[in-house]
This record gives sequence, structure tokens and C-alpha cells, in this order.
Amino acid sequence: MAIIEDEKESVYAPAPRKMSAARRETLTGLMFLSPWIIGLVVFTALPIIASLVLSFTNFNLLHPENLRFIGLDNYSRMWNEFQNNGAVAMSLGVTARFALMSVPLMICLALGLALLLNQKLLLGKPVFRTLFFMPVLIPLVASTIVWQGFLNGSTGWLAQILHALGLPSPDWFADPAWALPGLVFLGIWGVGNMMLIFLAGLQGVPTELYEAVKVDGGGAWDRFRHVTLPMISPVLFYNILISIIGVSQYFTQAYVIDPGGQGLPGGSTFFFNINLYKEGWSYNQMGYASALAWLMMLVVVVATLVLFRTSARWVFYAGGDR
Amino acid sequence: MTGKALPLPLAGGGRKRSPRAHAIRFGISRFGVTLFTASMAMIFLLPLAYMLLTSFKDSDQMTALNAPLWPAVPEMYTAADGQAYTVYEVPTASGVQDLALEKPGRVTSTMIDPKTGQEVQWQGNWRALTAVWLPTVKSDNFANVLSALNFPMLLRNTLVVSVLGTIGAVGSAILVAFGFARFRIPGKNGLFLVLIMTIMLPFQVLLIPQYIAFNAVGWTGTWLPLIVPTFFANAYNVFLLRQYFLTLPRELDEAAEVDGASPLRILWSVIIPQAWPAIVAVSLFHFFFSWNDFFAPLVYLSGHPDLATMTVGLQAFNATYSRAGSGTLTQAASLVAMLVPVAIFFVGQRAFMRGVVISGVEK
Repeated sequence: MAIIEDEKESVYAPAPRKMSAARRETLTGLMFLSPWIIGLVVFTALPIIASLVLSFTNFNLLHPENLRFIGLDNYSRMWNEFQNNGAVAMSLGVTARFALMSVPLMICLALGLALLLNQKLLLGKPVFRTLFFMPVLIPLVASTIVWQGFLNGSTGWLAQILHALGLPSPDWFADPAWALPGLVFLGIWGVGNMMLIFLAGLQGVPTELYEAVKVDGGGAWDRFRHVTLPMISPVLFYNILISIIGVSQYFTQAYVIDPGGQGLPGGSTFFFNINLYKEGWSYNQMGYASALAWLMMLVVVVATLVLFRTSARWVFYAGGDR
Repeated sequence: MTGKALPLPLAGGGRKRSPRAHAIRFGISRFGVTLFTASMAMIFLLPLAYMLLTSFKDSDQMTALNAPLWPAVPEMYTAADGQAYTVYEVPTASGVQDLALEKPGRVTSTMIDPKTGQEVQWQGNWRALTAVWLPTVKSDNFANVLSALNFPMLLRNTLVVSVLGTIGAVGSAILVAFGFARFRIPGKNGLFLVLIMTIMLPFQVLLIPQYIAFNAVGWTGTWLPLIVPTFFANAYNVFLLRQYFLTLPRELDEAAEVDGASPLRILWSVIIPQAWPAIVAVSLFHFFFSWNDFFAPLVYLSGHPDLATMTVGLQAFNATYSRAGSGTLTQAASLVAMLVPVAIFFVGQRAFMRGVVISGVEK
């Protein structure tokens, strides 16, 4: 793709004879890059190294003087909590269950909405695009509160609609079995971002391809299966990647539902980062919290690698091999 | 879906329909698709309607039986003795009448006809009756929220953090993106790959050491950890601006250079004026990010409620009031908290959505 491009001609490239001018260009360029390079070292590179080192220590924010290396103790504690169905196993389970429910649903909904908003027949496209996108801009704390009310088991509208239809309604955020599906609903409200990216991908599909399917006697499904899907597969790939990263960072909504950090109701919203926050900031166990952060990093890296590996089979780059 | 209804000029051999039949079919499909999309949008935005209507309600209405969806209060009748009675819809022999309930009883109740002031005996269980609700917009919740939430303080804090942060993020990203887009630097492609990789990095691994470092220099409990890092160019913003700068023609740069303009001068007078759409998009991105950010203000400002930003203040408010069952108050509070970002979105939505698309598709 066009991320890295050869820069054969540069505005400031002087005649090749003048070496000092080339060096001056490099220096000027580096000066422009310097804010980012300094930030990279101070706010990214050093913290990564520091957090790896911290994960092998017992660092406690309130007692930094007791700092010592404890080898793999943090990691063996994690392994124990994983095996004995402790906090690590629970929080990984909640996060994985949420990912399995929300990622496929979000992708399908975003694609469905994008297909709908891409219809030639639809009137007022910009209005609908704005309406479906708008909830993305609402602060997550505020939208969680709105859904807490909307999904309330007695006064919420969803329960009242279900009752009016003669159906039973759970008390979503108060019922351990339904709190996670409730958060999935809340997540759907943020579908607008992915929808816009799908929409841009759809608009890039050449219309000749659709006409070719038509000439071959194919219907709407054939057009979708053999033209749309392959042509937007890079965008699909990007959206899956972004949503996996999103789930790995899930925190705010679960924290608003239960600021106590227990993942109420019944531990059903005990996300990985709630556990990390509790260990790091409630108990000040920052060494152990660093080890937790590295575990999540590892999970995300593995998931990303698997996704990249399989992508050769289903992601189609129109420009030929990448 | 409805592609068959499109009036495509066929190369011959196709069935011929009259143009009028075509137009009618086309119109019906248009109407159908638009209606379907509109109903989807309505379902999608139903929680917003809930928030809006609830925030204007009395909290008594939330738990009252048979209360309407819109904000309303029960109609009251004040009798001659100064006592107020609730008015009910009462089925009588002469049709349904609005009567005030004076003495409730299981079998017989004493009612007053508000029109005449006469007492009437009514046979039946008063509990089965429905009260008469008068649509009333109440702004009490907002008055309570503005004082209990300390909205002016939260607004000021959030504005300071997000405006300074936006200035830092956009200013530094412009400089760095210019460096990447226009200079020949050995190893630049490698640096750019590193930049892309940092976009993907999970924030957890950076968080704890950053917190410890900011704590060590005494910056926790101040806004500095939220503002200072923005001046060191966020990778995502750099990426977006650099993509845009690359699309700008180089001829103008060259002309300016021939005239003896310095690189900074070229950036200021040639590049920036051409790159407004991307710069506006990045500014909006950062402003929204900063306004809606929760985790960083939560950990860095904990124990300092006077410095809290909107989201942190709102969460604390919700934690206190949602247990007290005051659904109306928390809905009013979230309405207040989303006003600024939603208003700015509607003003700048074009630039913003273009930015989302640039960042997603170009990757």
C-alpha cells in the first residue's frame, strides 16, 4: 500500500555535488521530527522497557523503598489465578466472551448499515450518515448512563416495550446473565466509525465489476459475494483489527456500571482492565499490574499475528500482491 | 437489494417497459428503502429520546403506574376547603368523566366533579382508575444537576485540558508530518514504520511507568500529565496529516524556496493554508478524544475533585445518584455533559467524517 513511498525527488534536494546542502536538509528534517522522536523515547520506548522490568519486581507505589526483583513471581501468581479460576481467569473469560459477542455483531451491523447507506435509492444520505454516526461523539460515560436508564428492568424503555409485547424482560445491568449482552447493545451505539470506513470502501468498488456480474446473469447475492466482499476485504481486515484492539482496552463502560471494581453484577462485568486498575491503583501493586499489562499485550500480539496469517487467504488487494 | 429497479439503458434484447411504469417502480423502491432506513435510525436513537424525555420528568413519574412516556404531572383539583385531590379518568354511566378522588374506598369512593364542585358517589375500586396526566416540562433536574455536578467548574476544567491539548497535538503533529512528507532523511521509512506500529500499541503497557514517572516528578494531581504529552506528536495525527501533505503539489513549495523562504515559512504560508481540511479534522479528533477521555483524568486527578474533567465528574455524580434511584437526575446530567461535543460535531461534521475516512481507508 501507499504508506511508504520512494521519495526520488525532494523539494530541498539540491544538486548532488553539494554534500553540505544534503546534510542540511537531513538536519532540518530531523528538527521537524524531533518532537515525535523525543516523545517516542520518553513516552513510549522508556515506558515499555520500564514496564517489562517492573513486571519482575514487587513495586508498590506507596512503598517504593521495598522495591526488589522477585523474578517470575508475578507471572506465577498470574498462572495460579488462571488455573484456580481466580481474578485472571475470570477477567480474561469476561473479556473473551464480550469479544466473541460484540466483534462479529459490530462488524455485521456496520457492514449492513454501510450497504444500506450506499443504496442509490436512498434519499437524504448525509442526514442518515450523521444520525448513525452521532453516538460515537457522546462521551462514553454519558452514553453508559443513558443505557443504564434505557435498560433499567422496570422504568427503562426496552423493558416497557418488551412488556407491552407480552414478553419477559431481564433487568439487564442488574442481572449477571444479561449485563454483558447489555454492554454489547451499548457497544452497537459506537458502530458509526466502522460504518463510515466500510462506506468509503464500498464507494471505492468499481461499478464495471457489478455490471460484469449482471452480464453473467448474477443476482444481488452474487454481486455481494463475488465483487463487494473481495473488494472491501482490506477494509474488513482493518475493522476487525481495530475492534480487537478496542476490546483489549475496554474499561470505561464497565467502570461506570460498577465503580467498586468487582464487576457487578456477580463479576459478570469484571473485564481484564478492571482487574488491572484494581491491582495497580486500588492496591498500588504496580509490579503485578505491569505483568498483567504484558499478558494483555501478548494476547493482542498473538491475535493480531493470527489475523495477519489468515489474511493471505481472504484479504484481496486489488493492486495485486502486497 | 433493489438494484433491478434501476433504469439502466439495456443494449437491446431486454424486456421493454413503459417509462411511466419504470418511474412508478423507481419511486416505490426509493420510498421503501428510505422508510426502512428511517425506521432503523429511529430505533437506533431511541435511547437518546429516552434520555431527553426522562431528563425533563419528575422522579415520581418514573415509578408511577400508567404514566405517559413524555414529561407530565398528574392533574390536581383544589377543593373549596383548600385540599388538593388527584384527578382520575372515571368510567360512569354517562361516559368517562374526569373526577377528583376525595375519599378513596374499595367499593365506593367519594369523587368531586371539578366542573361543578359537587360530590359524587362512585361504585368501583379506585385503584383500577387511571390518573389524568398533564404534559409539563420541568427544568428542576437541570437546576439540580448544574449545582450538584458543579457544571461551570467541570466545563472550565475540561475546556482548559482539551483546548491546550488540542493546540499541542495539532501543532506538533503538523511539524512532524511536514518533516515526514517533505524532507529526505536517511532511515525515514524505518522511522515511519515505527510510527505506524506505535498506533497499534496497547495503552496498558505504557500506563504504569508513565504514572510512576509523573508521580515521581509531582505531576499527579495536576493537569500536566494530560496536557504535556500532547506536545510530542501523537502517531495517529501525524499519519493522517502526512498522508494529506503528500497529496499537495510540490511546485508551490519549490517556488517559495526559490524565493528564499525558510522551511518554517514554507510550512506556514504554503502548506498549512492548503491543508485546512486535514488540520480541522485532526483538531476535532483530538478535541473529542480529550473531552471524552476517562481513564487518564481518572487516575491522574483522583483525590482532586476541584480539577476533575466532565467525564470524571459525571461518573462520580452517577455513582452517587444512580443508587438513590434518581434516574431523572443522571439522565439530565449526561444530557448536559454531551451538549458541547455533540454541538461541535454538528458544526464540523463534514471535516470530521472526511478525517475518519482518510484514516481508515489509506491504511
